[in-house]
Amino acid sequence: MQLGVLTWMVFFPVLGMAAILLLPSRAHGPIRWTAAAATVLPLALSAWLLAHFDPHAAGFQFVQRNTWIPAYRIEYFVGVDGVSITMVVLTALLSFLCIFASFGIEKGVKGYFALFLLLETGMMGTFVALDLFLFYVFWELMLLPMYFLIGIWGGPRREYAAIKFFLYTLLGSVLLLVALLYLYFTPSPHSFDMTQLGALVRDKIPLEVQVVLWIALFVGFAIKIPAFPFHTWLPDAHVEAPTAISVILAGVLLKMGTYGILRINYGILPTATLAPLWGGHSVAFWLLAALGTLNIVYGAVCAMAQSDLKKLVAYSSISHMGYVMLGMAAFTPQGINGAVLQMFNHGTITAMLFLLVGVVYDRAHHRDIDGFGGLASIVPLYTGVTGFAFFAAMGLPGLSAFISEVLVLLGAWQVYPALTVVAASAVVLTAGYMLWTLQRMYLGQPNPKYAGLAEINGRELFTLAPLAAIVLVLGIYPTLILNLQSPALVRLADQVRAAAPPPQVAAR
Amino acid sequence: MGNAESLAYFLPELALIGALLAVLVVDLALTARKRPAGEWPGTVALLGAAAALVWTIGLPGLGVRGLLGQAGGTWLFGRMLVLDGFSVFFKLLLGLALLAVVWMSLGSREVRGRPNEGEYFLLLLASGLAMFLMAAAGNLLMAYLSLEFVSLTSYVLTGFLPHDRRAGEAALKYLIYGGVASGAMIYGMSWLFGLTGTMDYVGIARAVAALDPASRGALFVALVLVLVGFGYKVAAVPFHMWAPDVYTGAPIPVTAFLAVGSKAAGFAMLLRFFHFGVTAAGPQAVLAAVPFLPLVAVASCATMTLGNLAALSQQNMKRLLAYSSIAHAGYALLAFAVFADAGVEAVLFYLAVYYLMNLGAFWVVMLMANATGREDVEAYRGLAWRAGGAFPAVALAVFLFSLAGLPPLAGFVGKFYVFAAGIQERLYWLVVAGLLNSVVALYYYARVVKAMFLDEPAAGDPPLSFGLGELSPVGVLSASTLLLGIRFGWLLDRVAVAGRLFAG
Repeated sequence: MQLGVLTWMVFFPVLGMAAILLLPSRAHGPIRWTAAAATVLPLALSAWLLAHFDPHAAGFQFVQRNTWIPAYRIEYFVGVDGVSITMVVLTALLSFLCIFASFGIEKGVKGYFALFLLLETGMMGTFVALDLFLFYVFWELMLLPMYFLIGIWGGPRREYAAIKFFLYTLLGSVLLLVALLYLYFTPSPHSFDMTQLGALVRDKIPLEVQVVLWIALFVGFAIKIPAFPFHTWLPDAHVEAPTAISVILAGVLLKMGTYGILRINYGILPTATLAPLWGGHSVAFWLLAALGTLNIVYGAVCAMAQSDLKKLVAYSSISHMGYVMLGMAAFTPQGINGAVLQMFNHGTITAMLFLLVGVVYDRAHHRDIDGFGGLASIVPLYTGVTGFAFFAAMGLPGLSAFISEVLVLLGAWQVYPALTVVAASAVVLTAGYMLWTLQRMYLGQPNPKYAGLAEINGRELFTLAPLAAIVLVLGIYPTLILNLQSPALVRLADQVRAAAPPPQVAAR
Repeated sequence: MGNAESLAYFLPELALIGALLAVLVVDLALTARKRPAGEWPGTVALLGAAAALVWTIGLPGLGVRGLLGQAGGTWLFGRMLVLDGFSVFFKLLLGLALLAVVWMSLGSREVRGRPNEGEYFLLLLASGLAMFLMAAAGNLLMAYLSLEFVSLTSYVLTGFLPHDRRAGEAALKYLIYGGVASGAMIYGMSWLFGLTGTMDYVGIARAVAALDPASRGALFVALVLVLVGFGYKVAAVPFHMWAPDVYTGAPIPVTAFLAVGSKAAGFAMLLRFFHFGVTAAGPQAVLAAVPFLPLVAVASCATMTLGNLAALSQQNMKRLLAYSSIAHAGYALLAFAVFADAGVEAVLFYLAVYYLMNLGAFWVVMLMANATGREDVEAYRGLAWRAGGAFPAVALAVFLFSLAGLPPLAGFVGKFYVFAAGIQERLYWLVVAGLLNSVVALYYYARVVKAMFLDEPAAGDPPLSFGLGELSPVGVLSASTLLLGIRFGWLLDRVAVAGRLFAG
């Protein structure tokens, strides 16, 4: 069996995990560096992948396909295309950086890094899996390490947050499982092949059933995004999780929801996606667009009300994920490109924000926004980096989020002008809570209590600098990513349109 | 096949009978000399169980290679027992369960050192023998006798701890419930005999297919009454009431044997009776006229839901696992309610997986009970962080998450095939109910995991120390649970053959 590059990326962290389990539990140094080494290879390979990826090739690349369970036609089938390649790179990058952000962990070091590497395998696998069974296994594989990482190494209410995250996500996944099984049994011979399944089931499932499946899948994914009203696990989980895990949660796990909708809801059930159930409009798109806008506004309003910095960042995540949904719902080339770009940009920016929250929490042991003040004169470098990240999150022109949010709004304007106006106005709210926070924490009279606060150190800067560089480069030259993803997205959109129901229904 | 010829294919059972007699003799000899039993009875029992297993695997032409490789089979003892892939599969599973439970008992503080230790192993072997017969029974008489045989030995094993009020109460409850259920079952069997005029499964199948439509109501009554007996054996709602008390009161190895062995034997009998005894001539023709399968589906839903909801608040580990095993019987019943080959295969697969994870969980519970004398969840607080506790904690977490059905553990694959069978046969509501149940179930499994990993140990907890001999079976079971979750194709192939009942 030839092991492809993707297989190495997925399973190398597990090898690292095995190595860590063999190390004595007191050997903190070797454990940390082994973990770092285990994430270097996937990162290096992801760079190689970027260099060799051909954006114009139709279909999946770096494919590896082996039979796994022949009796049920379950395969080990992995590959990347323009939709997933940025996510794979993001996963490799954030996992690598988060290992360094976790060097401060002192409790149960061996278990922490072992679980972290298992988590990386789960995330990487989810993005490259092209067999639905494999996808589901990786999707669920993330739950266990995540439960322990939040539950053991988290904050004061960690147990509550961990079990809430666990149950919510499992509830979503069982809905997913029903839909997957139904899809599997529809064609004959049965198939879990994500690349073929759409064509195989299109004419075999009545539209009403397709809509039910679409909704089951959508709820499963919406819990992960998290879309309003399934978002309540997120603030708890993010606030209680240790810094690096918050980064992974917000940076990678949330993207799985939108990725799943693109890949499975759009890719396999295009007819239901476009089904004109209500006055000739696609209800699916309306639902996505409305929930997306709601996410944007609701997340921003909630963020404004927070006094805990980490909770503020968590709600800002909800708000920013709304843009992804809005862009996907618009389904114009700009909209969908903006959405997928926003997935990547949000991953880098929110990672910076959570890392920065971790920096101040490690020193002050609290995150109360009003408990600081005038930090700019005490820790200028830290303030500078924070300012950069805040402005990036606000969508300042020249930084990456600006491009993706504008693309989303441009795309959405052509389809949902009213919603777009609402979404665009929410930018003011975003600027409001970000600037207000900057003002309260970093400007004004320095709080004498924190006069001796240590400046951001080399290790922390090392975790932030690559992200900042990416944010800046993509802000100026977004074509780097757009070129990678655009052909695949346009193709996906064409495929979905091609599956549109006959026009006489639409004209009714 | 006649009686004399059949003996050659009866070697596994003969090995158990031989070991049983040997234990009796050894025990008598030692007691007569007023010596403590020591290692003798247990060792003999272990050898007997191992011999039965070896002969099941190696029976010339009819062992694993003979029967699990291709469909087919033969009748033994003049159409009393069936030897086919199905019975070989269950004999393997039950032999493994017996072997593991004897091994477990050898290290159990509750069992070892009692004056009547010899009796205990004797009863265990007898119970194992009866389960072997249950798996192979192809005649109403044989079925009833073997089921009663298992029940009688189980009653005594449950009450094995003398002067323990819990055990006494449990044994009495078990006996009374068992009496009622077996009475209902034999009543149902007598109806069936009256309707068909035969006790042979194949004869019943033929007669049922040719049954006068006017008698369908009577057939329904007979089937439901028989189902009561089986439902009692597998602890399905509403005949589950004995399970929590019995599981709590019995010594832990006995609990494990009841949960794994007795349940598997019950399902073996259930599947053979309904697929081969009643509906061999075509399930639709016979069952379409009576609301039997909807009844099973409702029982399955009730079993899962009640088991899981009741488990939520349990504080005793044995009781928690008892309710969880009720819930698992519900999942297996779901696959039975599907009433198709896919469902039979799913049940077999599920029981094999269930053997690994449930036995493993009970094993860890026993080790903890040995070490601390406690069975409550509180005793597991911070287990992972206590000296010597990390390995059992990780192993128990593997078993519990597998029971919860999370990939990449074997329990997920088991559930997956059960639900897949349900979807394939369009039992959507039941599958959705089952999936929602697995979310509920996760909560109480995670509660134990939380106690072990997320809570800090109490300050005064002494360090634990387990020997390699105690931990290695747990290690093997948890490694198998993980491996079977990743590589399960081979078991699916075996199950596909074993699921095709011999109908000659």
